[in-house]
Amino acid sequence: MMTLDHTRDVREFLISKVLLNPQRHNDPSLKKPLSYIAGERVHKPLIYVGMASCGRIAGAEKSFEAIRNYLVDHEFDAELVEGGCVGLCAAEPIVDVQLPGKSRISFSNVTADKVQLLLDEVLNGNLPEAEVIGQYKNPIFQEWEGVDAVEEHPFFSSQHRILLEHCGIIDPVSVAACIAKGGYQAFVDTISRLTPEQVCGLIEQSRLAGRGGGGYLAGKKWATALQYGSDQKYLVCNAVESDPGSYMNRAIIESNPHRLIEAVLIAAYAIGASKAFIFIRKEFKLAIKRLNEAIDQAREYGIIGHHIFESGVNIDVVVKEGARAFVCGEETALNSSIEGKRAMPSSKPPFPAERGLWDKPTIVNNVETLFNVPLILKNGPEWFLNLGTDTSKGTKLFTLSGNIKYYGTVEVPMGASFREVIDLVGGGLKDEKAFKAIVLGINSGSYIVEETLDTLIDFDALKQIGAALGSGAFVVLDEEVCMVDMAKFFTAFFKKESCGKCIPCREGTARMLEVMEQATRRPEEGQSFQTLERFKGVMQLKSLAGVIRDTSLCALGKSSPMAILNTLKFFKNEFDSHIFERKCPANHCTDLRIFVIDVEACTGCTACLKKCPVDAIIGSPRYPHFIVREKCIACGSCYDVCKFNAVTIK
Amino acid sequence: MSISLEDVFEKFPNRRREDMIPLLQAIQDKNGFLSEEMISSVGSYLRISVNKIYGVATFYDNFRFGPVGKYHIRLCHGTACHVAGAGTLLKELERILKISDGECDKQGIFSLEVVSCIGACGLAPLIEVNDMYHTNLNLQSLKELIKSLREKENSA
Repeated sequence: MMTLDHTRDVREFLISKVLLNPQRHNDPSLKKPLSYIAGERVHKPLIYVGMASCGRIAGAEKSFEAIRNYLVDHEFDAELVEGGCVGLCAAEPIVDVQLPGKSRISFSNVTADKVQLLLDEVLNGNLPEAEVIGQYKNPIFQEWEGVDAVEEHPFFSSQHRILLEHCGIIDPVSVAACIAKGGYQAFVDTISRLTPEQVCGLIEQSRLAGRGGGGYLAGKKWATALQYGSDQKYLVCNAVESDPGSYMNRAIIESNPHRLIEAVLIAAYAIGASKAFIFIRKEFKLAIKRLNEAIDQAREYGIIGHHIFESGVNIDVVVKEGARAFVCGEETALNSSIEGKRAMPSSKPPFPAERGLWDKPTIVNNVETLFNVPLILKNGPEWFLNLGTDTSKGTKLFTLSGNIKYYGTVEVPMGASFREVIDLVGGGLKDEKAFKAIVLGINSGSYIVEETLDTLIDFDALKQIGAALGSGAFVVLDEEVCMVDMAKFFTAFFKKESCGKCIPCREGTARMLEVMEQATRRPEEGQSFQTLERFKGVMQLKSLAGVIRDTSLCALGKSSPMAILNTLKFFKNEFDSHIFERKCPANHCTDLRIFVIDVEACTGCTACLKKCPVDAIIGSPRYPHFIVREKCIACGSCYDVCKFNAVTIK
Repeated sequence: MSISLEDVFEKFPNRRREDMIPLLQAIQDKNGFLSEEMISSVGSYLRISVNKIYGVATFYDNFRFGPVGKYHIRLCHGTACHVAGAGTLLKELERILKISDGECDKQGIFSLEVVSCIGACGLAPLIEVNDMYHTNLNLQSLKELIKSLREKENSA
């Protein structure tokens, strides 16, 4: 533990020698103390446990507790850090160990029961028999023999990590470590050397596009807000991240909250705002806790507050814990939620840059967009322009999930293809199943299918195939997923989440869901009227979806029918077999399954007969049974209970 | 049942409209849900009509208007969980607990909430029971989990 005096000395040192020192990069004497503060060099063993939310759910808290008990029991002096997420959620709980003079080594799947064996060996300098991700090679340290570098791990080798560079490596709630690693330097330089106009100009030059979905140039947006004179302006960081299947913003906030605060400060300075809100979902408890701690630390260093480093700049940063509603991701809805109203979007113009929160000029930026900002100012816009493609610059974060080997948070350069992300970064599909599609977030409703898998990750390339980058969710679907069911799931989600302000979205999503439900429902005999209605719905589905897409008020409403339109475009055959043959090719839509008992295989054990909730199975013991199709509700319990595989799906 | 809200109100001395959502959240944190009585006292404190407060509170998913059970089950139903079979788990939970989304059983033991994404998509499908996560579930392990909770409850 650092003593109080030591903490104060470190603070004085970092402020005078690093933050306020324009010659900091040319002073070689700073290198060594900084690497100690950053935790690169250690005086005593350092044990770093990946404890972002994803790690905790995977059991990292139990491992952490086990490690702490081990250290106490063995009276071993080591520093134990609750860390962030390195991105490889598939390997969690991850524990890193760094011994003085040796390079840092990273172990995967360290559950609480494995802690004892692991620490017995590793703390004595021996390589334990455990799953190793790799070691962080550094020429000044002795290497672990026979251990590859982390960068050579297939999950990391194809990534380009600029936003994730410190995630899972530094102590997330140590402002000292953050500054030693280069944090807040861009902000201090900005307020002392650049005017807000210049900052907007630099960001515009870098062509940083908003990562929230729209892809509008951030610098341009800032310049708009800057030009409006007002006694009060606001900067809002949108950290709602309510799109199912994406949690990379939460992961980067939990792993490097100081980077977000620095970015928020720079953006607020650039538009002339003295107040910044970070609007985050209340459920992200850990992210909120770490953000608040980080804000307190930054305030203690004088980085946030009044008259920052005697520059005359005042910026206050406040974390706003938002209530849950999907539509809060839309900027005007988000603003009205902060004002204490229902989160309903309003029509644009006026854009929030002109009249936003409490009718004052407001800029709303996504977490990922902001994370780029300190780097651009530090390395210059040309550096950023060299990353990515002609039309899209920088990198993109994704949350890989679904049927994929290495799931987690990944960062790839713009211009990588989707195939590369799956095969190289994700390590391919599990269980040798065939690939069917990628879902790029509910908010885009876009699918990437086999034919478009070589499309580049680029705003324009995606537009050409009628898709959008979406939130950053990257769910890989295999052959066993029914796409009609997927479209139904998306539509049900939008129906539930529609805010109800505009009619196309409110009424339209409900009608679309009706059609989808009828398409996946078991046919009832003798209901010709219902059949007619069902066909009418299907016939008009496409035009209904088109109207919703064209006439909804906000971007979320406009994207609500995209899943259905894309299903009709890419998976017409699956749709048709649901409609015309009343069959689900993936055998997923339970209602459409027809169960038959194989007379040869049935031994007449009566297990299914007893289990059937509607008495649809008849037969006597020791003789083959029979399912009465009219009575069967296709619940599948006979299929589950049969030990002889006699119940089959037709 | 009357719970004093004075200590919660003290944290919001300015009585502004934008305090409403944080105030309701604080009350829910303290009490577990929002009762009619609490909402009307918020109304008189903030000088906003009760209709408006209900309008806001019912708009957002995480405000509850009834108590939760001793075991509050949150089932993740995001895209990855759906693909991994969260829909089947939901049906099973509704069947064995005899409650549906947003409800609490009569004994006050189990309550069920379906959430759109907990954010652990690699471990899908998962549920959270009172801050404890149960991951990579299937029908069998779900049934066993509920059974063990029931037994724990009966022996207590």
